Amino acid sequence: MVTLKELPTEELFTSGHRLCAGCGAGTIARMTLKAIKGPTVAVNATGCLEVSSTIYPFTSWRIPWVHVAFENAAAVASGIEAAYKALAKRKAWDKDVDIIAFAGDGGTFDIGIQALSGALERGHDFLYICYDNEAYMNTGIQRSGATPHGASTTTSPAGKVIPGKPEFKKDLIGICVAHGIEYAATASPAYWNDYITKVRKGLEVKGPAVIHVFSPCPLGMRFESEKSIELARLAVQTRYWPVYEVEKGKYKLNIKVPSPKPVVEFLKLQGRFRHLFTPELQHELGIIQKWVDENWRKITQLCGKA
Amino acid sequence: MSKVMGLTGDEAIAYAVKQSNVDVVAAYPITPQTIIVEAFSEYVYNGEVKTEFICTESEHSALSACIGASLTGARVFTATSSQGLALMHEMLYIASGLRCPIVMGVVNRALSAPINIHGDHSDMMGSRDCGWIQIYAENAQEAYDWTLQAFKIAEDPNVLLPVSVNIDGFILSHALEGVKVLEDEEVDKFLSTRKTDLTIDPEKPITVGALFLPDYYFEIKRQQVEALKEAYKVIRRINEEYEKLTGKSYGFLESYGLDDAEAAILCLGSTAGTARFVAKNLRRQGKKVGVIKPWVYRPFPVEEVVKATENLKALTVLDRACSFGAPSNALCSDVIAALYQSDRELKVFNVVYGLGGRDVAPLDIELIFKDALEVAETGKIKEPVKFMGVRE
Repeated sequence: MVTLKELPTEELFTSGHRLCAGCGAGTIARMTLKAIKGPTVAVNATGCLEVSSTIYPFTSWRIPWVHVAFENAAAVASGIEAAYKALAKRKAWDKDVDIIAFAGDGGTFDIGIQALSGALERGHDFLYICYDNEAYMNTGIQRSGATPHGASTTTSPAGKVIPGKPEFKKDLIGICVAHGIEYAATASPAYWNDYITKVRKGLEVKGPAVIHVFSPCPLGMRFESEKSIELARLAVQTRYWPVYEVEKGKYKLNIKVPSPKPVVEFLKLQGRFRHLFTPELQHELGIIQKWVDENWRKITQLCGKA
Repeated sequence: MSKVMGLTGDEAIAYAVKQSNVDVVAAYPITPQTIIVEAFSEYVYNGEVKTEFICTESEHSALSACIGASLTGARVFTATSSQGLALMHEMLYIASGLRCPIVMGVVNRALSAPINIHGDHSDMMGSRDCGWIQIYAENAQEAYDWTLQAFKIAEDPNVLLPVSVNIDGFILSHALEGVKVLEDEEVDKFLSTRKTDLTIDPEKPITVGALFLPDYYFEIKRQQVEALKEAYKVIRRINEEYEKLTGKSYGFLESYGLDDAEAAILCLGSTAGTARFVAKNLRRQGKKVGVIKPWVYRPFPVEEVVKATENLKALTVLDRACSFGAPSNALCSDVIAALYQSDRELKVFNVVYGLGGRDVAPLDIELIFKDALEVAETGKIKEPVKFMGVRE
């Protein structure tokens, strides 16, 4: 684990961006750039982080940063990686460059999954970071494949007949691990040293690596912005967001949660679940708790701990 | 320029790419372009090129990877057809907007539905306003020559725009021709490797692809218009350089019989060969007909079209794509606009032909010439838009 003293004081992701107060994406970008150790290029899918950090003629990025479109961060990263290799072959380039792709859950779970799958299969040397705020927050809180069951979004509203999103969240890390990649991990910005350690591990791997990090969104999840990191911690402490890593197929639980808080502690802070806290829909809370328990059981089993 | 190789249109493009010191090729197979990717894969797997080859999982990712590589300073090539080009549509605009000098072989094929794998121009015409330089070749030789020139045009610092080199699906892509090719050293001298100061370099960090709101976006688009105007000058210069090297004279368009022709056909690609064959026969019979074949479709050669048509009384523009519901089809609309801007009162009518690979027989072309001669004589157009060779 890294210590605070080891981290650079230099800010490569600068202040002045227009992300909301309490936005997880800004914290995650800043921590990521504190983790890098050498020449690094960022690729950013369309989304909150992209639109808020590079409003021309301003930029928050003190490293090269490329945005092409929504669904193709992994493909663009593939091209950049291949170009450096090609330029090195004809002696027009002599530096080792790390490439990090940032994308939200929409750009990863949904519209970007094909490009991600292709890049993982081809084995490009890059780190893909999915900052997951569990809906299309940039366009006004629409449901994605990462939105949890029961959450109210503008395309899965808490209706009179259907109380929020009926479906459950996709298993992104499971999908990535199935490609046989060397490193995949989940993280939460509340556990900064775990996250930074993982970014470094992901960059050290030769070949693709994926980090799936919880990104609290005060606007879309509807909570007080000062509670952002608290929510990110509760996600872990309720076992809603198991923090683990998979190195060469071997699962390891990084943050043990021996006495978990009930998931309602995590849910009740967020307006997107408010409709479930009524006598008629209380059973929904049980369904979410059941999903959390089952998911935890599955992950810990993979980690070799019951 | 001594060697002659038996190459299909697709192979001619692949061979030109092999000789062009291309750093990165990212592509996805699709009929009738597949031979380009296959031929290039053999070069890669047999160690004949140093190119990084990314065999992507879709055309969308192919062009996305090309954009990433091009921004990093690499010389980049891809190829596609039809549905593949349609899937790339979003990226086409980004490639030109981010000023990526990518070269793409487009093997023109009909668009679905109904699905059809044969040649027409629906694919590229559907993306004609994407900000790319667009070139149409008549045969495998032209495909080879233009591919070599395309890299130099695209990468010129005053241009920095992507270029598509179009060939007709199957008619050119799969037909074997004798192609005069340059020696590798001659190509090296003409093209060298890509040189650019604008790269993604961690020592000189830049932000690429930022958000442009209404206060700046328009200026970026205006600059693209200017870049295509620059391209017009650069194409002429590169054509001259290529002529010095090979003796082959290219330009914005090629005309036949225009010195005394009263009626002419203007068309793109392989059909120009058939049209010239028919025109030759008709001229032997004393009919004053000619053929105009634009090589360069974007930037549209306004001046050249106006000049080439100055002695004509009637012009037929052949479109191998349909602009449904439009007053005339893509190529014809451009020709009419160019003539109108120059206050020319030439009689122009439009013929849609060959959709989905429908064969173009010399007799069909002969009938069009007859119609054109009649318009030249009477000054009257009976049908402004006709359909050739279709059951109606």
